Amino acid sequence: MRLRHLLGVLPVLGMLGGVWFADRTEPYVLGLPFILFWMVAWVVLTSVVLAVIYKLDPANRSGE
Amino acid sequence: MTALLVVAATVLVAVVLAVQARRGRDMDLEQWTVGGRGFGSVFVFLLMAGEIYTTFTFLGGSGWAYGKGGPAFYILCYGSLAFVMSYWLLPAVWRYGRRKELLSQADFYTAKFDSPALGVLVSLVGVVALVPYLVLQLKGLGIIVSETSGGRIPYAAAIIVGTVVLAAYVTISGVRGSAWTAALKDVLILAVVVFLGIYLPVRYFGGYSEMFHAVDAAKPGFLTLPAKGMSPSWFVSTVLLSAFGFYMWPHSFGAVYTARDERVFRRNAVVLPLYQLILLFVFFAGFAAVLVVPGLKGSDGDLSLLRISVKTFDPWFVGVVGGAGVLTALVPGSLILMTSATMLAKNVYRVARPGTSDRQVGVLAKILVPVVAVIALYFTFNGGDTIVSLLLMGYSLVTQLFPALLLSLCRRRLVNATGAAAGILVGVAVVAAFTISGATLAGLAPWLPQPVQDLNTGVVALVANVVVLGLVTMITRRHRAVRGAPTESVTA
Repeated sequence: MRLRHLLGVLPVLGMLGGVWFADRTEPYVLGLPFILFWMVAWVVLTSVVLAVIYKLDPANRSGE
Repeated sequence: MTALLVVAATVLVAVVLAVQARRGRDMDLEQWTVGGRGFGSVFVFLLMAGEIYTTFTFLGGSGWAYGKGGPAFYILCYGSLAFVMSYWLLPAVWRYGRRKELLSQADFYTAKFDSPALGVLVSLVGVVALVPYLVLQLKGLGIIVSETSGGRIPYAAAIIVGTVVLAAYVTISGVRGSAWTAALKDVLILAVVVFLGIYLPVRYFGGYSEMFHAVDAAKPGFLTLPAKGMSPSWFVSTVLLSAFGFYMWPHSFGAVYTARDERVFRRNAVVLPLYQLILLFVFFAGFAAVLVVPGLKGSDGDLSLLRISVKTFDPWFVGVVGGAGVLTALVPGSLILMTSATMLAKNVYRVARPGTSDRQVGVLAKILVPVVAVIALYFTFNGGDTIVSLLLMGYSLVTQLFPALLLSLCRRRLVNATGAAAGILVGVAVVAAFTISGATLAGLAPWLPQPVQDLNTGVVALVANVVVLGLVTMITRRHRAVRGAPTESVTA
């Protein structure tokens, strides 16, 4: 298990593990009910995590 | 009538684009199905994204927000997790596919497990799962055209015309047609959905925050997950199952081969989750409809987006919304049709008649396009009314192909063809049993703790699949080890 593989698990844990805790409307964040905000935040973070993985992955370093 | 003319014009542009795409290329089977393996990031992105914005998300996503509330958020989640998986999964599939010159999903199983019979099974499971998916797109098509015409064009006529257009342009241009129409579709749907999602809450409530407060006040608890039924454990199990199934659809799997290089997938994996956020605007439109056009029950919730558009806008703009909607049915619909036809020709017919040439398979695949279309048409009119249960059944079915695929990519040989086939068969049987009997875990085993009762029944099928896969692999391997030695000495 390298760091980038561990990073890949992060969105799963955050998005799904957080459901029990995030399943409520209050507090509203950015105008969204909390549960929707939580999911949207993790969708964005998923993209961020994948961008980091992309940078770390040596497979993407060699020329075109 | 204006609305309908705009819809018709959109379809015409799509067909012209598809026909243009074919020009100057000799359409052999490899060009037709995988675009000569020459698609870069943008085209592969569009083909993959075409899978995200289907009729299910456009009408169904807003319909679920309208009818079910909080549970609809699952649609936003499963794609993101599928993209994380795709970062590692798709390059591996692509590498193997290029090395072995594969064209379809079934080809992959046939080659990996060295078993044409497994390829036939995978094809059949794929086609059976695709038919309800195609039926869903056709139903969406019918809803859009009959709603935008104000009921003047009957639902049935709309579906038949849509099916003919679909079959015609798939036959003419293959996957290049799909990629070009996908480009048009994505631009249009992006603009329409973002506009609707911003405009409707502002117009009726003053903003989306105010809208959510109003919905929450009118229907307390609607915006979160219920404690029973579609509870957090339903949510988690459904998101995971759908994420596993995401790339198991034969047409999504087949689209992988169109890429020029494997980096395309890694780059797309980074961007696709953000692209998926557009679903947020689909939800906004659905939630606005909750208070603006109340009273649509059950599957009529799928009409909510169009109903609120008709109530709000001039006919020409309703036409634009409808046109975008029609494209969300045509693009996935064309990919589904093409994939089903190719698999039936190449992975079923050719296995039965090994002498068939590539050319004959190509011709047969094109002949099968209208045949599959007619079968879907039949089920659209005779298949009952529960679109969502059909789609969920399709998803549960294709997910059964996932364990064997994942294990086949491991460096060590963990499963054999017999094990994979047995696992898939048992998984599919469990899905069919649950779907046909309408049974739930809560009904079968009320003594289980609530969170377990709420699990998506697809989990049960998947567990049964993996257990059988492991057991059968172990038994057949040992059996062969015992029997293998003397047989070899006899034949040698």
